[in-house]
Amino acid sequence: MTIGSLPPRYRISIDPVRCMECERCIENCSYGVFRRDGERILVNSRNCTACHRCIACCPRDAISLEEHPCDYRSHPLWTREAREAIYNQARTGRIILAGMGNALDYPVIFDRLVLDACQVTNPSLDPLREPIELLTHIGKKPARLDLRRREGGDVELGTSLTPNLRVETPIMIGHMSYGAISLNAQVAMARAAKETGTFMGTGEGGLHSAIYPYQDRMIVQVASGRFGVNIDYLERGAAIEIKIGQGAKPGIGGHLPGEKVCTEISRTRMIPEGSDAISPAPHHDIYSIEDLAQLVRALKEATEWKKPVFVKIAAVHNVAAIAAGIARSPADAVVVDGFRGGTGAAPRVFRDHVGIPIEAAVSSVDAKLRDQGIRNEISVIASGGIRGSADVAKAIALGADAVYIGTAALVAMGCRVCGNCYRGLCPWGIATQHPDLVERLNPDTASEQVANLIRAWTLELAELLGAAGINSIESMRGNRDRLRGYMLDESLMQVLDVKQVGA
Amino acid sequence: MAKQVAIDGKGVHYTPLNQRIRKAVEDGADEIVVSNVLGQRFIGDGLRGNVTVRIYGVPGGDLAIFMSGPTVIVHGNAEHAPGNTMDAGKLIIHGNAGDAVAHSMRGGKVFVRGDIGYRGGIHMKQYETQCPILVVGGSAQTFLGEYMAGGLLIVLGLNGPIKAREIGSGIHGGEIIIRGDVDAACLATGATQVPFTDEDRARIAPVIREYAGDFGLDPEPLVSADYTRIIPASARPFVGKYTWE
Repeated sequence: MTIGSLPPRYRISIDPVRCMECERCIENCSYGVFRRDGERILVNSRNCTACHRCIACCPRDAISLEEHPCDYRSHPLWTREAREAIYNQARTGRIILAGMGNALDYPVIFDRLVLDACQVTNPSLDPLREPIELLTHIGKKPARLDLRRREGGDVELGTSLTPNLRVETPIMIGHMSYGAISLNAQVAMARAAKETGTFMGTGEGGLHSAIYPYQDRMIVQVASGRFGVNIDYLERGAAIEIKIGQGAKPGIGGHLPGEKVCTEISRTRMIPEGSDAISPAPHHDIYSIEDLAQLVRALKEATEWKKPVFVKIAAVHNVAAIAAGIARSPADAVVVDGFRGGTGAAPRVFRDHVGIPIEAAVSSVDAKLRDQGIRNEISVIASGGIRGSADVAKAIALGADAVYIGTAALVAMGCRVCGNCYRGLCPWGIATQHPDLVERLNPDTASEQVANLIRAWTLELAELLGAAGINSIESMRGNRDRLRGYMLDESLMQVLDVKQVGA
Repeated sequence: MAKQVAIDGKGVHYTPLNQRIRKAVEDGADEIVVSNVLGQRFIGDGLRGNVTVRIYGVPGGDLAIFMSGPTVIVHGNAEHAPGNTMDAGKLIIHGNAGDAVAHSMRGGKVFVRGDIGYRGGIHMKQYETQCPILVVGGSAQTFLGEYMAGGLLIVLGLNGPIKAREIGSGIHGGEIIIRGDVDAACLATGATQVPFTDEDRARIAPVIREYAGDFGLDPEPLVSADYTRIIPASARPFVGKYTWE
């Protein structure tokens, strides 16, 4: 024996006094932790992923879960994760794939920023009686307006306006494809987007016919594999998004493993059944910023210049200059996806080590666009690790027009962030295509929960704005005076363009 | 009687040009002749219908991108990515074409009489009844059929030997058929050479005959020629590269 068994990550135990042997844990665990043996339920903790499905289903609270019940000798450098990655690669010689977002313990900049509120000298606003405007328009804004007064006294607008998306709240749902997630999960979120007056992305998974009723709320994605893209798809969407990069894996493409490409996914993505669905790292018709502008124009021309076109990039070192280049094309919005962005599967080394935090990225993009006098040319959407309304408010104060949420919407449907999305066995019916597992997610309930989340955050945003004496989201956008840095170093505060607490 | 519409493309920006083409299709044109084309991009972008569009001159990039149905005939050369993400229809180019010809094409046919640039047929894909076909009369450059996920790509090499190296890099579906021998060293990772059988010949013969008919060539020497057939080594080229956390 050289490496041998590694210590189990989790230990599941059943309290025999509380357990009534109802077998709900056995039925619900898709990873095979539980089985019945005569009068007892036996446990194989090694199969556990900490998805909590058994705990959520147990009527008697008989199940408990312990993380790292038998740990390695603690060491600050040679962490459990570092050691286990080596054991894995020593055995396989392969690239390690992992699910969900960045799992390294980087400081969260959002948690080192605090928001402002009014006291005495500038009265706060009460959202109960004062309207707080959260309506957001995503798209190009004219640099100047040509207004003329007609003889009758009416004012005529001479400037031709670019179509914008009218979003009731600055919280949108980002791109999660059918394939990465189940159709029930996608339908639930699409319905929630429609109910709350916001929009959501298709991801690079095509547009399933079950989503057609919500198509006026969908942002259809065009990524390097061009999955599901044809003229009908482009015309159905409310807007089109070119995906250049993703925060969870900047610089690389995506592979949906062949075993997940079933008949329905093959039809929706318009790709062969059972083959790996490969999205190359670059778009092979885009090798320069001019080529990107050409694809933006091609998409606009295909849809007769009626649809906004977004470009999504991963937050990387030169994100500001790249965004400025995009702003000079006819693109209407740039989506900046920070290094905490989620994913169904990404090489661990990319997920944890490539890219920069959204807070710094969005701030530097906003500053660069303002420096160049082109901030009006493009909307900025921040994504990657937005956990609550405070993160939304802070992202907007750092210069975003709106945010995309991803993982938060999945959590609203039951996801426990166990990070095993790539295994296709999600017992919550979210990241799976197994019909019996997908069935567990009721789109009616799930859509109500996602809609509740968006409504709750929207209410909180209105309260935060009111408390700060601001009655419109537009007055919060890029308003760094409403932020202070707490325990941030000076150079980072310069990038964020915020003062320290007390200043 | 077939309804013809003539459009003079001289100095017309691509948006009004496409608007006029769309209007003509809407009004029931069977054939649209666009003359004096000089570099206008996106001609036939997202165009539907059974119309035939004849283009005289040199159209710009992304000719017939997202097109779904029409036939476009170019009496001249074409630029970057003609037939890009095309869904259905036919594109006939009586000259040479640039890089990324038939990029991500999913259905219909692209026939090029002359040479094409780099990455021809890249990421072409098929599903259900949709199967794209790209036939090149002349030579093709490197990364031919890269990431191909389906469809049929034929290179006839009528202007001399094919220049492509790294053929079929990452190919995981479809087939590349090249007239004559191909040096095995020119095949990329993921591609493999297999014998060209009588069944293969019977399958491509109608395509070759259609191509020869469109360009006024004698089909029989091409139908009976020797070919090299290149297919994916696996439908899962990356399966051995990854392990799970």
